[in-house]
Amino acid sequence: MAQAIAFYTIAAFILGFAVLVVTTKDTVHSVLFLVLDFLFVAALYVMLGAPFLAVIQVLVYAGGIVVLYLFVVMLVNLKRPPEAHQDPHRMSKLGLALAAAVLLELAVIVASGYARAAGPTVPAAALPVTGNTEQVGWLLYTSYLIPFEIASMLLLVAMIGAIVLAKRDI
Amino acid sequence: MPVEPQTIHGAMFDTSELVINMGPQHPSTHGVLRVILRLDGEKVVDADVVMGYLHRGIEKLSENRNWTQIILLTDRMDYVAAATSNLGYCETVEKLLQLEVPRRARYIRTILCELQRIASHCLWVGTHAMDIGAMTVFLYAFRERELILDLFEEFCGARLTYNSMRIGGLPQDIPPGWDKKVLEFCKIMDGKIDEYETLLTHNRIWLERTKGIGVIGGPEATALGMCGPTLRGSGVARDVRKDEPYAAYDEMEFDVPIGTAGDTYDRYLVRMEEFRQSLRIIRQATEGLPEGPIVGKVPRLIKPAAGETYHAIESPKGELGYFIVSDGKSTNPYRFRVRPPSFCNLQALPRLVRGHLIADVVALIGSIDIVLGEVDR
Amino acid sequence: MIDEFVVPLLKILVVLFAGVLPAVTYMVLLERKVIAWAQSRLGPMRVGPYGVLQPVADAIKLMLKEDITPVKADRWVFTAAPIISMVPALIVYAVIPFGPTIRLFGKDVALSITDINVGLLYIVSVASVGVYGIILAGYASNSKFPLLASLRASAQLISYEVAVTLTLVSVILMSGTLSMIGIVNAQYNSGLWFAFVQPLAFVIFFIGGLAETNRAPFDLPEAEQELTGGFHTEYSGMRFALFFLAEYANMIVVSSVATTLFFGGWLRPFPNVAGLHFLDVVPSWIWFLTKSFVFLYIFIWVRATLPRYRYDQLMRLGWKVLIPLAIANLVVTGIVKVMLV
Repeated sequence: MAQAIAFYTIAAFILGFAVLVVTTKDTVHSVLFLVLDFLFVAALYVMLGAPFLAVIQVLVYAGGIVVLYLFVVMLVNLKRPPEAHQDPHRMSKLGLALAAAVLLELAVIVASGYARAAGPTVPAAALPVTGNTEQVGWLLYTSYLIPFEIASMLLLVAMIGAIVLAKRDI
Repeated sequence: MPVEPQTIHGAMFDTSELVINMGPQHPSTHGVLRVILRLDGEKVVDADVVMGYLHRGIEKLSENRNWTQIILLTDRMDYVAAATSNLGYCETVEKLLQLEVPRRARYIRTILCELQRIASHCLWVGTHAMDIGAMTVFLYAFRERELILDLFEEFCGARLTYNSMRIGGLPQDIPPGWDKKVLEFCKIMDGKIDEYETLLTHNRIWLERTKGIGVIGGPEATALGMCGPTLRGSGVARDVRKDEPYAAYDEMEFDVPIGTAGDTYDRYLVRMEEFRQSLRIIRQATEGLPEGPIVGKVPRLIKPAAGETYHAIESPKGELGYFIVSDGKSTNPYRFRVRPPSFCNLQALPRLVRGHLIADVVALIGSIDIVLGEVDR
Repeated sequence: MIDEFVVPLLKILVVLFAGVLPAVTYMVLLERKVIAWAQSRLGPMRVGPYGVLQPVADAIKLMLKEDITPVKADRWVFTAAPIISMVPALIVYAVIPFGPTIRLFGKDVALSITDINVGLLYIVSVASVGVYGIILAGYASNSKFPLLASLRASAQLISYEVAVTLTLVSVILMSGTLSMIGIVNAQYNSGLWFAFVQPLAFVIFFIGGLAETNRAPFDLPEAEQELTGGFHTEYSGMRFALFFLAEYANMIVVSSVATTLFFGGWLRPFPNVAGLHFLDVVPSWIWFLTKSFVFLYIFIWVRATLPRYRYDQLMRLGWKVLIPLAIANLVVTGIVKVMLV
């Protein structure tokens, strides 16, 4: 019971902040609502019994990636007033069209029974370690080692690319 | 004066320069100095020095004061080293009058000037270190400066604007026991210089902040008109005390430290060594103080014959020169012109800061050691 | 019911109101006094005997100051920024262990508000959220220079966070657990404080801690030489005070974490040597507080002594010196651990 109340409250906050992210006029406020969103998602992870993921969510997403977004937004200074378009409602019309398309897709998927309960998972008992951190670590370095290494290489390439682009004298 | 920011064409993007103002109110400009910096990101592209905020018209005022009254005005130019300004002026007038100063007076004048040099360098090291972040050295240096100011107060009654010399000699003789106190001070000061050096000279952060900053070669420095320890840091062996001795310097034994690399660190080392050499001179002068009168044969009304003369001395900041024109008829000078060392050294600031970062501008202003009272008069 | 809500609530109240907040307020006085003594002066002496009531006077003054908000500044963000700076520094205390489980009023009470099994990561993540306070402060001032200064300050924080986190990983390798109480227990079991086993990690952690809290010699973003007054230029009154209280709170956090991770937390010196049992008369939390206090003193001592680094030298030190050293330390620790097991 308490679980359900907690879940629905957190979910309401998440959805509320998400709506605020897309509707706020000020870009910086938008980014800040995104941070709050991520913090509530971390709370969801805690509820699911994955404290490690919750902390990593805060550390990486809210504390790293969104900080980068914030840097860019602040330096680019998007406080310019919106230019007069031919059709001031162009964006909302496009948005509604896309939302309708996605809703249709979802309805088709659910109706045709392709949506199943969660796919193949590794049952917790099968792993030789207990505790969220240990289990994530075990999986990451055994079953999912190659995606892990590829992701690291990708990040390294991105870092080097950014440095090369921004450096003055090479 | 408005300065227009230029566009900088980079490899990938074009950016615009940033023009910002440093001063006139700023904790690190050592007075009211305004520096207009043109920045490319954090690098200084050019600097424009705007001075004159402390101009009081001393040179013009002197034309309406008689020769002895001008000594009071000279105090207020380099207010950190007032005794040397006094001495420069008095010696110039003595040169114009062809007056001979008795030996005792010359010795005491030397002691006063060297004490003044130490006091000025104390202030320099304190403020320079504080600008770079080492706050404690500031308080240690001022503690020693207090000892010197106490000595001066005993001698002439003032702590900052001494009025401590007269044309032909000194206003009064030293109080009894003053020379013992001076020797005691020398003993204390020796240990304190080591204290400053422990905190700074081999400190890695200090080295990184001062080595290679503001490098200027000897010939270029001479061409810009720099003088004093700032010039000697670039390897040029020019010291007025050795080249054209005045007061009792021809009878003193001392070395003049010369730098090699011409960067801020070398200028720092030159001044730290000057501390020790000044102590050496003070000890020699105090121990060998001759007896005798303290004022020469000065006429009651000082009215030099028509003529002009230039005389320079080595103030703690550099070559302080006075050019005086007398028209032989009035009791005031016809023209009184000062060649302030800080003004000439400040000219080099734009050349020195080019290519460095904002944080270095502060280190360089401290390294040149300017006093705005002298720059602006 | 009592165990789940009342006891933690009481612990929070005690730690916050009898621990952290008075400590942070008196840090102001401690810093002024210690720096003054280093500079042959006395520091605040007028308010109260030997200046002891100075923080009270400062607090009253700041609260009575006029509340100025710049005209075009973003009001919500402007007000929120100091709070965002302060809150992470306070909530870190939830996982810091002041002592082992002791018997109090007939109950077994653990001397830490809670112990989550990812305690160390929690501290790191909360610290990374603290960066927002600085960024938003510069932004909300609606002025070019504080914005640039705040972005530089936050870039400094983020860079040194990497080095600090790498040293923490070395500690985790040694202790095998992320829980703070687990780390102290690991030091008890191995008989050696981790500072002796991982000296390089400790040094890097401490230097990184100096940079993370914007303390000298890494305080160029706050110094006057920064021509612009830094990210807190437009702040006055209590909001300004909150930034500096947040800085002091962060310093206390770094000291507490350094004590827990490297110096045995609440353990007395030589906890496994039976002959020194007489040292047990000193309660465990006093050992903890003493060790934290030593680190706080070193923070202040460093500020009084060293000049400050220029920004590019600071970043070079973080990226080119500390991070490679931390990685090397980690690799060596890993290799040694694998070889010894």
